[in-house]
Amino acid sequence: MALFEAKDLHLRFGDRVVLENVSLAFEAGQLSGIMGPNGAGKTTCFNVLTGRYKPDRGQVLWQGEDITGRSPQAIARLGIARSFQLMNLFDEFSVFENIAIALPQTRARSRNMVREAYADAALVDEAHAILKRVGLAERAGDEAKSLPYGARRALEIGVALACRPKLLFLDEPTAGLGSDGRARLAELILKLKGSVTIVIIEHDMEFLFSLADRISVIHWGQVIAKGTPAALKANPWVEASNLGRLN
Amino acid sequence: MAPPRTAPTITWAMIVVWLVFASVPLWIEKVGLYQYLGVEILIFAMYALAYNLVLGHAGLPSFGHGAFVGVGAYAVGLAQFNVAANLWICLAVAVGAAAVAGALVALFISHRRGIYYALMTIAFGQIFWFVAIKAHSLTGGEDGLLKIARLPATFGMTTFDLTSNVALYYFVLVVFAAVSFLLWRIVHSPFGRVVKAIKQNETRARFVGYDVWRFKAAILVLSACLSGLAGALFSMAQTSAFPDVMSLHYSGYVVMMTLVGGGLVSFWGPVIGAAAFFLARDIIGAVTTGWMLWFGMSFVVLVLFKPEGIAGIYQSLAQRRAKTAAPVVAPTSQVR
Ligand SMILES: Nc1ncnc2c1ncn2[C@@H]1O[C@H](COP(=O)(O)OP(=O)(O)O)[C@@H](O)[C@H]1O
Ligand SMILES: [Mg+2]
Repeated sequence: MALFEAKDLHLRFGDRVVLENVSLAFEAGQLSGIMGPNGAGKTTCFNVLTGRYKPDRGQVLWQGEDITGRSPQAIARLGIARSFQLMNLFDEFSVFENIAIALPQTRARSRNMVREAYADAALVDEAHAILKRVGLAERAGDEAKSLPYGARRALEIGVALACRPKLLFLDEPTAGLGSDGRARLAELILKLKGSVTIVIIEHDMEFLFSLADRISVIHWGQVIAKGTPAALKANPWVEASNLGRLN
Repeated sequence: MAPPRTAPTITWAMIVVWLVFASVPLWIEKVGLYQYLGVEILIFAMYALAYNLVLGHAGLPSFGHGAFVGVGAYAVGLAQFNVAANLWICLAVAVGAAAVAGALVALFISHRRGIYYALMTIAFGQIFWFVAIKAHSLTGGEDGLLKIARLPATFGMTTFDLTSNVALYYFVLVVFAAVSFLLWRIVHSPFGRVVKAIKQNETRARFVGYDVWRFKAAILVLSACLSGLAGALFSMAQTSAFPDVMSLHYSGYVVMMTLVGGGLVSFWGPVIGAAAFFLARDIIGAVTTGWMLWFGMSFVVLVLFKPEGIAGIYQSLAQRRAKTAAPVVAPTSQVR
């Protein structure tokens, strides 16, 4: 049984079909890639999988359990975290607090109105460990909105990691990054691989083919191909549609 | 690991505010003002602090907060006439009634934000105001609910008579100190930080696992309770309750106080704003009956040029001074 499974998802916006017959399965411990041109429906697919939209038809299964149509917060609490293509941070918080607020310990205490937030040493240590992992240890005290672009992208992933996810969805984490930033991100993802199940949307073929165990190609809201990177490279459809160049 | 900035349990600003207020009855008449003004300022300072929990801290624009003040104001009187002539019971009833009103409103508006939230609060504020005017047998309608006594405050064996304005002032000060301390704790608690996170980014808060609706509802109910408490004290001060505190007018005043004082950037901003409001009323009001025009104009100017309010002006001055003296520390999100 796959850790996470989507079966036959359909979604329309008005009379526009955005997802059609989308079935995906992500195995525990693996890194799965999703690729496809702009407007193909990749982000929308993530939005359905993480509870932002309810599919018109189809099923979302987490460890075999049907979680279709549950709220984003309910899905997040299962240990499913995500990052966003367009950054989505707590801009007025410090970098530290962006992480700290997302930690499960903070959530467990979120009814408490009296005690000091983040006064707990274990919590602070965990937040700093995550900041170190994403390369932001030096910037813990800075306001999130004052960060340069690359650091914001790193924090975007840091916030998702702070949820202590079992499954991590990353939506175009390299968007707008230079080759330096990409290399650093590839390194980070490589380090995460194995300890977390990762699903990553990515345009950059080279980036994805070097990291992913399995890749699915979405086009016009449909899964048009899936397989290992090696198998996909040879896939005539993928070659013909030149998806790699559609950055 | 370096610990994050933590907020002290008691701050110097808190002690200074309490001490300054404690000294007011000693000199207020010497500067040509009167004791009752102090009571009004203190009650509205408390109300504005409670209001700022919603506006400044949660980023939810409520323009109908007068409803909760009014509910507390009537409830304290009605409890006195119908339940028990005991101060603590009456205040508890007022807080409870405001909580129910807050919960009722929260039920309908907590999925909203921004302008839609604002419009809904106006609509609810108007409904409460309308009911207060029409339910003549309960509230006395436009004539108000009269003859509300200032019941004595009993602490164990000792009893304090609150009929004089100075005695009531010190009683209100004790409540104010307790409320401001409580709000300071809430703002820095895990609950308070989550609310602050929701203000900045509801979507992300949801995707890290927070039930945004519940937090927005809870913060409104809390704010309503404390606004109701302020309303109850206001009834005691006036020895009557009138529907005008529930009007759109009055709901607008607290927004003005909060913004003028700098509630968006400073915990104590609403207190400064409440004081500025009543001092403007009495000092400018002594010269011209159009004092509201002048206060309103300064409000507009402030919103246009310095939306951070009086506290914001003070903070930038202090920062400029620090900049010439020493390098500025990196800004933090801590509430000062
Ligand atoms: N909330 C929405 N309402 C209407 N149309 C949408 C919405 N979100 C996405 N779309 C449309 O769905 C299609 C797929 O978008 P998206 O999933 O963002 O593509 P991708 O992430 O693959 O670039 C696009 O044509 C987009 O315009
Ligand atoms: Mg996208």
